[in-house]
Amino acid sequence: MKEKAKILDQEGISRAITRIAHEIIEKNKGTAGLCVIGIRNRGVYIAQRIAECIKKIEGKEIETGALDITLYRDDLALASGQPRVRKTEIDFDINEKNLVLVDDVLYTGRTIRAALDALIDLGRPRSIQLAVLVDRGHRELPIRADFVGKNIPTSNKESVEVCLQESDGSEEVLIAERQ
Amino acid sequence: MAWTKKDLLGLEYLSPEEIELILDTAESFKEVSTREIKKVPALRGKTAVNLFYEPSTRTRVSFEVAAKRLSADVINIATETSSVRKGETLIDTGKNIQALKADIIIMRHNYSGAANMLARALDISVVNAGDGWHEHPTQALLDIFTLKEKLGKIKGLNVAIVGDIAHSRVARSNIWGLTKLGANVTLCAPEMLLPVGIELTGAKTSSNIDEVLKKADAVNVLRMQFERDEGTAFPEQLDYFKKFGITEERLAKAKKDVVVMHPGPINRGIEMSSEVADGKNSVILEQVTNGIAVRMAVLFLVSQAREAKNEHID
Repeated sequence: MKEKAKILDQEGISRAITRIAHEIIEKNKGTAGLCVIGIRNRGVYIAQRIAECIKKIEGKEIETGALDITLYRDDLALASGQPRVRKTEIDFDINEKNLVLVDDVLYTGRTIRAALDALIDLGRPRSIQLAVLVDRGHRELPIRADFVGKNIPTSNKESVEVCLQESDGSEEVLIAERQ
Repeated sequence: MAWTKKDLLGLEYLSPEEIELILDTAESFKEVSTREIKKVPALRGKTAVNLFYEPSTRTRVSFEVAAKRLSADVINIATETSSVRKGETLIDTGKNIQALKADIIIMRHNYSGAANMLARALDISVVNAGDGWHEHPTQALLDIFTLKEKLGKIKGLNVAIVGDIAHSRVARSNIWGLTKLGANVTLCAPEMLLPVGIELTGAKTSSNIDEVLKKADAVNVLRMQFERDEGTAFPEQLDYFKKFGITEERLAKAKKDVVVMHPGPINRGIEMSSEVADGKNSVILEQVTNGIAVRMAVLFLVSQAREAKNEHID
């Protein structure tokens, strides 16, 4: 991987997450029935940060969960690197809730398709909205995000790397050339 | 790390890291069985065949439940009513199942090494559900998973395996798995049921159950397999219960939180008393629940590996 450009730094990530939190509250007219569920791995950390922001703004705790989509992937049969199955941890009833699904990067949309199937096996939420830190385009399925931290036009030869303190020890979003 | 083996034949053949990978994967799968819809699509379109040459209810049903919760299709072959009765060899049966485009054979066989032989002859996955006196890897994995869940770790634990060591594939798989993960294993049985040379596995032996129980963090009580009795090695049932049976009196002298396990089916009043089997130290039914998660992990991992390998060959 050859690093080409830094798209977001620590402040940039923090501002994007704060803005997403505000937009979620605005769209849902408050926090009633609201919960955020992050897709493993990095989506979980972003979801927790969104929940913290919402708490700061509205003064109300909202439920958060972690979703592992490995078992729902459409490329399990051809995945070259073997995906590690991790735990889904959603300790509350999702029926009739307004769920905000959170991931770090939105690309082909296949991860989100898998996540929607996984969620619907757990219950029937009132609505599911999608929040992503980065939308890099190149969708292969009819899926779009409701809340986007930053739109980054990319080529298919590039990769977008999101680094978070919790998983990577640094805070930045980079574009790199695939080699 | 990635899983590379198309088969699960025994814990003897696995590295500590591979055993840990199965246990970690099983931990993730455990949540699936707590859902209202207890099913994930991971093995959709795959076929698993239960091929059992020995009677078994709990292991066969456990594998069937595990495969179905992964969305695989399951076919049960009871050999008493199959072409095996007409003299078909094991390899021929296996090749026929492979020709049906099944993906995984889960086999129980009364000959030690049968699963290894079948795995070598076939391209599809073979999961050993017990072969003779050799290994029963998924039973040991679920025992170890349950222990780890109860006591938080395996390394450094004192684990006693009590009973019919000589005829027990469960004991052998447990010895391999536990010693690889750093536990101290003591085998406790009448001398006639302790095979010569078993210490070479790294396990200690003893015929004094009360001494062994004092130090044990966990005791895995094996079933006395009277159906394998050839009339020489086995003590009288009542005599065995008196000398080795796990009773409340014996347990009172053990550590307070000692974990009591049994692979089932229990002979109540022979290996252990009913009070112990149903008592607060017993995790016997949790073992059954954990068996599903462990077998889901095994079926998932072997099917992943086989595809990785086929992709490589293409």
